[in-house]
Amino acid sequence: MKIHEYQAKDIFEKYGIPVNPGRVASTPEEAAAYASEVGKTVVVKAQVHVGGRGKAGGVKLAHNSDQAYQVAKEILGMDIKGCTVKKVLVADGVDIDREIYAGVTLDLSCKKIVFLVSAAGGVDIEEVAATMPEKIKKIYIDPLLGMRDFQARQLAFELFSDPEQNKAARDLFKKLYKAFIETDCSLAEINPLVVTKQGKLLAIDAKINFDDNALDKHPELMALNDPEEEELDEIDAKNNGLSFIKLDGEIGCVVNGAGLAMATMDIVKLFGGEPANFLDVGGSSNPQKIVKAFQLLLKNKKIKAVFINIFGGITRCDDIANGLISASQQMDIHLPVVIRLAGTNEEKARQILSENKFTAYSKMEDAVREVVALAKGEQNVNNR
Amino acid sequence: MSIIVDQNTKVLVQGITGRDGSFHAKAMRDYGTQVVGGVTPGKGGQDVDGIPVFNTVSEAVKATDANASVIYVPAMLAVDAIYEAADAGLGLIVCISEGIPVLDMLRAYNYLQNKNIILIGGNCPGVISPGKCKIGIMPGSIHRQGNVGLISRSGTLTYEVVSSITQAGLGQSTVVGIGGDPVKGINYIEVLHLFQNDPDTHQIVLLGEIGGTDEEAAAEYIKKYVSKPVFSFIAGKTAPQGKRMGHAGAIISGGKGTAADKVRALEQAGVTVLDRPDIIGEVIAKSLRV
Repeated sequence: MKIHEYQAKDIFEKYGIPVNPGRVASTPEEAAAYASEVGKTVVVKAQVHVGGRGKAGGVKLAHNSDQAYQVAKEILGMDIKGCTVKKVLVADGVDIDREIYAGVTLDLSCKKIVFLVSAAGGVDIEEVAATMPEKIKKIYIDPLLGMRDFQARQLAFELFSDPEQNKAARDLFKKLYKAFIETDCSLAEINPLVVTKQGKLLAIDAKINFDDNALDKHPELMALNDPEEEELDEIDAKNNGLSFIKLDGEIGCVVNGAGLAMATMDIVKLFGGEPANFLDVGGSSNPQKIVKAFQLLLKNKKIKAVFINIFGGITRCDDIANGLISASQQMDIHLPVVIRLAGTNEEKARQILSENKFTAYSKMEDAVREVVALAKGEQNVNNR
Repeated sequence: MSIIVDQNTKVLVQGITGRDGSFHAKAMRDYGTQVVGGVTPGKGGQDVDGIPVFNTVSEAVKATDANASVIYVPAMLAVDAIYEAADAGLGLIVCISEGIPVLDMLRAYNYLQNKNIILIGGNCPGVISPGKCKIGIMPGSIHRQGNVGLISRSGTLTYEVVSSITQAGLGQSTVVGIGGDPVKGINYIEVLHLFQNDPDTHQIVLLGEIGGTDEEAAAEYIKKYVSKPVFSFIAGKTAPQGKRMGHAGAIISGGKGTAADKVRALEQAGVTVLDRPDIIGEVIAKSLRV
């Protein structure tokens, strides 16, 4: 789960990481009010779940409250990479001396936690990693030992010779690690972490991604969930035990299992069709899930045909068939539906389907050919 | 022979009184697996269809001589179940549970290092040596004893390929579903090593998907150490960047983990990479006829 910068800064503050003060605003009036309260330069920043806000024009300086009003008005409602800006963070301006990068994430290849710092902060760290990897210092942390003092020192001495700043950095890095662990993050990042002209360390940006699997341990973090509009269907699906991602094509896919769902999309494409979505109905087979799946698919007006591809293991084919029958009774499925069933209770499912004038293929290839042809407006490719 | 499990594997079911645990305990036993006991704290002394239930894993091991465990407990309890099985001295732990917090699994992974324990999963279908032993949730009936070894990150995609191998008149030595999570127990390389050294495995199928770099690492390993023919399919060619495709591990991020990268790496290692999974059985059968 992604959260906004202002929310991540709240979490950092709770862990004692210094951040520049600010206030979130959803109208230009609120932005102007904060600017006039602080009476100095502020920076107005779009709060969306995508990177590259600055380049997209979503981060701007304002030297007084009139400017803050103007700038907030421009940014609110702006579209950044498909996300509509609904809130801005109005934060106190800072006199910057140096910009540093600091981030904690998982290194999946060596199965450790990795802490990264770089003196080249403020820019896209992935670009630094690709072009100048020597500019990034990495420390690998054993999750059973946690971050040791010497590791914080190794990072701090990479960046700071001034004893005061060095000590502040060690302290800050350990707090960032603590926040990462205690809230089950997959990423906790400060970019940039600045040294002010007064010599103080300050996080002027903040990025946190939480591990979705761990959210049950942290009910208080769920309150921070503010999905972008395009994610709403995906979240609705998730709440119903489905995994759904919308794509651009015209063939709606309903599959059990993530791997087979991806493979189904690939094969549809291989046979000349375009998948309209990824949809995994999951392991256990509740007929209600198929009903929900059709509700989601029918919202997408681009879809011309639906492909149900089930290989029953835990999922029983007859449950899927019953789900399809109830979906067809509850709503008007005006689209052609092609079904492929194999595995657990396949025969029982075929019987249920044939009693209701549906037929099912057992070979994936035949079914894919049919659904691709139907989506293109052709009929009866398999002569049935 | 086969790898990891065979007719001598004695299995404990952690979470045996739950819905999934009891269902699959019986299904495994019906397949022929030696299911010697189960564990549910507080339900010791009961039985599930004749299978004795114990309060703790160590108690169950003492009473039954079990040497493997399979975990069907809710995700938030799964890591503790892994530690308990490891503490009781079991050499094989198969974790079916889906949705385990990543940092919890990361700690468990590090804890198990150098302990001579094989962990499979979490979020996996399990492991089967057809005709000998099935541990997990896969439908036994689609399998057939034979000489193709199969490794996969996915569940139903594996069934699709197993079924294509069986329908082509071949069979499987062992099928290992390593799971779809970003941090998991046994990985491609360890399983490839076992298959390479198993005289009953003649061909290897590696099923991969987008996300991470495990397939690339496997390709490196194959190039250096695997002399048996390897066939592969990588799912997710049509997946968009930055979206998690169901499995927590299946996401293309920062331009890394694409299907194209994986296919290229595997092909360079001499692997036959197919663009669809349902023909793998036929392709292997054809390779044997020429």
